[in-house]
Amino acid sequence: MLIVIDYNVGNVKSVCNAFRHIGCRAKLSCKPQDIKAADGLVLPGVAAFGYAVSALGPLAELIKKLALAGKPLLGICVGYQMLFDESVEYGPHKGLGLISGNVVPIPSSQTVPHMGWNLVKLPEDMDLFARLPREKHFYFAHSFYADVTDAGAKIAYTDYGFQLPASVQKGTIYGTQFHPEKSGADGLKVLENFSKICKRKIA
Amino acid sequence: MLSKRIITCLDVKDNRVVKGVHFLNLRDAGDPVELGKRYSDEGADELVFLDITATIRSRKTIVDLVEKVAENVFIPFTVGGGIGSVGQIDELLRSGAEKVSVNTAAVQNPNLLTEAAQRFGNQCIVIAIDARRSKTQPGRWQVTVKAGSEPTDLDAVEWAVKAEKLGAGEILLTSMDADGTKAGYDNELNKAVSDAVNIPVIASGGAGELEHLYDAIVKGGADAVLMASITHFENYTIKQMKEYLASRGIPMNL
Repeated sequence: MLIVIDYNVGNVKSVCNAFRHIGCRAKLSCKPQDIKAADGLVLPGVAAFGYAVSALGPLAELIKKLALAGKPLLGICVGYQMLFDESVEYGPHKGLGLISGNVVPIPSSQTVPHMGWNLVKLPEDMDLFARLPREKHFYFAHSFYADVTDAGAKIAYTDYGFQLPASVQKGTIYGTQFHPEKSGADGLKVLENFSKICKRKIA
Repeated sequence: MLSKRIITCLDVKDNRVVKGVHFLNLRDAGDPVELGKRYSDEGADELVFLDITATIRSRKTIVDLVEKVAENVFIPFTVGGGIGSVGQIDELLRSGAEKVSVNTAAVQNPNLLTEAAQRFGNQCIVIAIDARRSKTQPGRWQVTVKAGSEPTDLDAVEWAVKAEKLGAGEILLTSMDADGTKAGYDNELNKAVSDAVNIPVIASGGAGELEHLYDAIVKGGADAVLMASITHFENYTIKQMKEYLASRGIPMNL
């Protein structure tokens, strides 16, 4: 069973719907006992960074501890941004600090928000992109991005006038700046890959 | 490189999709969930559902609709029509909408944009602007509210700039003069607004031919083109539109 962390932000339901659609058991919960017992955790988020961090509250420490102990974790959009050290969105606000880097504004030389479908180059060695071609369009909707400085992280990029990190992987900690639950059939494949990673972890 | 988007708009009244001309003479165009799913399967990049009744009674209906759409459609969709508070925005986002569009309420209470952006992030706050060409001042457009029924003193370009500053993350720009005519978008309006702001602009109102879509992007500077009549009544498929635009050098998610 996957647990989608329910912490009073938008799109949590969309993520559950997407997992249900691909036949994967996923439950929305904010109970520590559910989170501890999960095969994997999904941290979604449509919210401003500061709001999301305060809404997560004490669950942040638990999620961090479990992720560091090897429980697969997938952060999506703001949930992905929270994996990093700090964000300046209406901030600064501290993140979970699981992956080194800061969340900073997209340069104003580009249209901001970065909104719509952009082509992501998918590295072969990133587990989330197994069985997908080497590049695919995914749906983005964000004004800030993670400037990843972690030497231990694998990164998939998209071109938005500069190389914008679209997805990271560090051990069993995963994140996507784009919304796999809103990226059609290819997005659903990314979620399916995550659920397989979680199953492998148990087996 | 970011693709240009094809957005299908579904105006919803009494749980049915309808489409009119100049916002009037509505025709039935089908079931919203079925149509939404069909457009998603056909390759639409995004959907917009507008509750054009927007009464207290329809509010509950639209939340139910959003939930049903979200269970079946895995591309982003925006919901609009009569949204007036952070609480309503929260409910719609939690029900599965990716973005909400606000129109009349933002004109009456511009602070709503700021409050909503600080809570949800500006990427999910769309300002919908219904603009009508000024009869007295050429090259200017007047903002109208309440589904186009009530003119205001606001200039559409100035309001777009202000809405961006307040926290809107995208502009859904409808030309009331062009709406439903299938005679082409108002690209002077699109260009005036897209030159003035740094957030994405969705051109809306007037799509009838494939060339209109190209013109809205190239001449109007639009990031996305929205249409209703030409897809509901099956003049063109979404695939035809995307292939046409790609053949003319526009980046598309094909």
